[in-house]
Amino acid sequence: MTRFFAAFILTVLALAAKADQVTTYTLDNGMDVVVIEDRRAPVVVHMVWYRVGSADEPEGQSGIAHFLEHLMFKGTDVLEAGEFSQVVAVNGGRDNAFTSFDYTGYFQRIASDRLDLMMQMESNRMTNLALTNDDITFERRVVLEERSQVVESNPGAMAREQFMAAQYQNHRYGIPIIGWQHEIEQLDMPELLEFYRQHYAPNNAVLIVAGDVDPTDVLAMAEQYYGPIPAKADLPDRIRPIEPPQRAERRVTYADPRVSVPYLVRSYLAPQRTSGTQQEAAALVYLAELLGGSPFTSDLGRALQFDSQLAIQTSASYSGMSLDQTTFSLVVAPATGVTLSEAEAAMDDVIAAFMENDIDPARMDAIRTQLRASEIYALDSTQGLARRYGAALTSGLTVEDVQQWPDILQSVTPEQIKDAAANLLNRNQAVTGWVVANQEEAR
Amino acid sequence: MLRILTALWFALLASTAQAEIDIQEITSPGGINAWVVEEPSIPFVALEIRFRGGASLDEPGKRGAVNLMAALLEEGAGDLDAQAFQTAREALAARFRFNASDDTISVSAQFLTENQQEALALLEQALINPRFDQPAMDRVRAQVLAGIASDATNPRSIASAALYAAAYGDHPYGTPLDGTADSVNALTRDDMFDAHRNTLTRDRLYVSVVGDVTVEEVGPMLDALLGDLPAEGPALPEDIAFGLPGGVTVIDFDNPQSVALFGHAGMKRDDPDFFAAFIVNHVLGAGGFQSRLMTEVRERRGLTYGIGSYLAPSFHSETVMGNVASSNATIAEAIDVTRDEWARMAEQGLTEAELDAAKTFLTGEYPLRFDGNAAIASIMVGMQMIDLPSDYVINRNDYIEAVTLEEANRVAAELLRPDDLHFVVVGRPEGLEPTR
Repeated sequence: MTRFFAAFILTVLALAAKADQVTTYTLDNGMDVVVIEDRRAPVVVHMVWYRVGSADEPEGQSGIAHFLEHLMFKGTDVLEAGEFSQVVAVNGGRDNAFTSFDYTGYFQRIASDRLDLMMQMESNRMTNLALTNDDITFERRVVLEERSQVVESNPGAMAREQFMAAQYQNHRYGIPIIGWQHEIEQLDMPELLEFYRQHYAPNNAVLIVAGDVDPTDVLAMAEQYYGPIPAKADLPDRIRPIEPPQRAERRVTYADPRVSVPYLVRSYLAPQRTSGTQQEAAALVYLAELLGGSPFTSDLGRALQFDSQLAIQTSASYSGMSLDQTTFSLVVAPATGVTLSEAEAAMDDVIAAFMENDIDPARMDAIRTQLRASEIYALDSTQGLARRYGAALTSGLTVEDVQQWPDILQSVTPEQIKDAAANLLNRNQAVTGWVVANQEEAR
Repeated sequence: MLRILTALWFALLASTAQAEIDIQEITSPGGINAWVVEEPSIPFVALEIRFRGGASLDEPGKRGAVNLMAALLEEGAGDLDAQAFQTAREALAARFRFNASDDTISVSAQFLTENQQEALALLEQALINPRFDQPAMDRVRAQVLAGIASDATNPRSIASAALYAAAYGDHPYGTPLDGTADSVNALTRDDMFDAHRNTLTRDRLYVSVVGDVTVEEVGPMLDALLGDLPAEGPALPEDIAFGLPGGVTVIDFDNPQSVALFGHAGMKRDDPDFFAAFIVNHVLGAGGFQSRLMTEVRERRGLTYGIGSYLAPSFHSETVMGNVASSNATIAEAIDVTRDEWARMAEQGLTEAELDAAKTFLTGEYPLRFDGNAAIASIMVGMQMIDLPSDYVINRNDYIEAVTLEEANRVAAELLRPDDLHFVVVGRPEGLEPTR
């Protein structure tokens, strides 16, 4: 589905391109520019990322960042509604956009000789959106249908909303990116325009151009199209409410007859990657791999899927790419005849054993090798590299942080992992969620 | 400044980029054909292997065998049980993916130049000497059964199962390739060895290799990897006509939205009119936000988050299909609009401007697909499976350009038959009468 919404934090590990492929620059108006050269195909990816996401929304207006993302494809002072995408398509390109907690991004993939045209249009809609009431009325229906399709029709997504709301009681990561239905229904022209005016500005944006381009040409083009847009002096600071200390375990059971296989999720509040200090996050990447990375070799997989056969599925996930405190999650789907209580107890036994025992040096080597190899495989996707820089630069990290990350990952020690695990694995800083078809299964 | 945009569009169209890849066709000393692209800039290789046949070669009463067999290829081979095999793979940081679909077993591998020999030796074991250990089989069977149970409460899966059952009956296309709980529970280890011998055979093998490798290396590499597979497999199933007449089927499901899957018979991939049909469908429902269905159902009426149509020329049958999801209160309107657009395209065809816009998109977008070793390998193996020559990459845009408005509109009238459209709707649709 196009013009999608990125509700799920990517579990893919962030990795950097070779530093010599990457050129960075800042325009006088404060707009950051990152150019990634990849000359293998005559293609370019042009992206503008804004440092605004659903966690920057005013109270009571959940979903406004995502709704505005949809409306950015309507008209401007010089473009008709829908004309932006039409021009991209007629030039053989594809365009789309995405909204997350911490960023909103717009991109086109197109033949590299059309970059100029893309910059003309993208720079135009940064400040010249011209909405009509009909635009809002019809697009609101589309967004509500999107919510209905992506969330309400999916019991796993419904459960996740409940778990996130329990996880974050003060910070807006507890509110869904797409918004609560009753608040989406109320969003209208004045607040949408106010949100646009506040956040869409060159000094709140990152330009990423990746592909068959010359960095000097790109910088000149960026100066020409984005350079004249004045910086916004009253850009709001991205200061979000901080979670108070969690002092009690939180448990949620979500029952929905559409659930076919019950499962449980344990989600701990976890530190994110922060600029200059990414070591603990890197240790958590290893911890996720060790506990639940592969069903064949991770601790949860070996214990629950092979030895005791109490589970049909286990996994662990962590992404440190987040402006504020993030989560580290474990998932277990019990085998037929095994209760969620039994599966959860077995999971907690695995965690306890992990804390007691030494980490197998062979496992450390295998994970280190795979992380190094992922960096090589990642070079095959220019768009993937572009997204990494965009996400990092809108989540409080710098280009240097992105480029240091692979080396930091290689340097992680077993002691650091144990320390990070000891800080993390506290049930009083966690939500345990059960997803079941009915209350009888919740045992 | 931006006023010049409209004038710019068409001025820019002349310089459509070409896909700049150099495909070399080889035959190994052992007789295996492959397409190779040397791309030394990143130190890894992408290997794509396809075996035609796939789940269509499930034997009577053994539905799900090929799918389960393919899932077990990563679960131990030769001297290595599942955990030992995966430990070895992880140490090499190689990536293997095995998948069964209706007509294909696909094997996707990516491995580093630095340990290419070891990675290929491991992959060879998985392809030639899989173990199908009973514990692995029981463990993966439980995962497949969970998937089958999940499909039973997923409106899209319910719609798909109902539509294809009604259209294809006892043909393999008429049932999900996962099988049923009963058929999967009845499968034995012997069935796995049978499915392996029947589906991974050299007579239906297609290979492409892209990356940090020389064309001279590839032949011996493939002989070592695939040379020990059986020469021939059993007969493929017969072709079958789409057997579902026009109408509406409603399947009750408690959900705020209804999901509709719809379609009728389509066009073969090797039909001389295929490119015309491809363009017609692009304008109707495959062209993203510019398609008529997206414009009418989403942009003008806000009835859905997404609607699309697609040509599905499979090996044994061909269809034109589409899907849409809309609230229970509005799905009937979404279906009416869809049927009207189907009829409008059949009766009036497309406009010269739509044809031009479709051509410029399709010809411009084509080279963008060739943007990575894995992507190129996948495209090349797909081309081989439908008997396209390697210079199709160069000529394909000419075939698109050659389609005239008259051809497109004649084909639209032949291809699109609104009265033959059958909608399978899963949900609690309001104001929608089932026809049976």
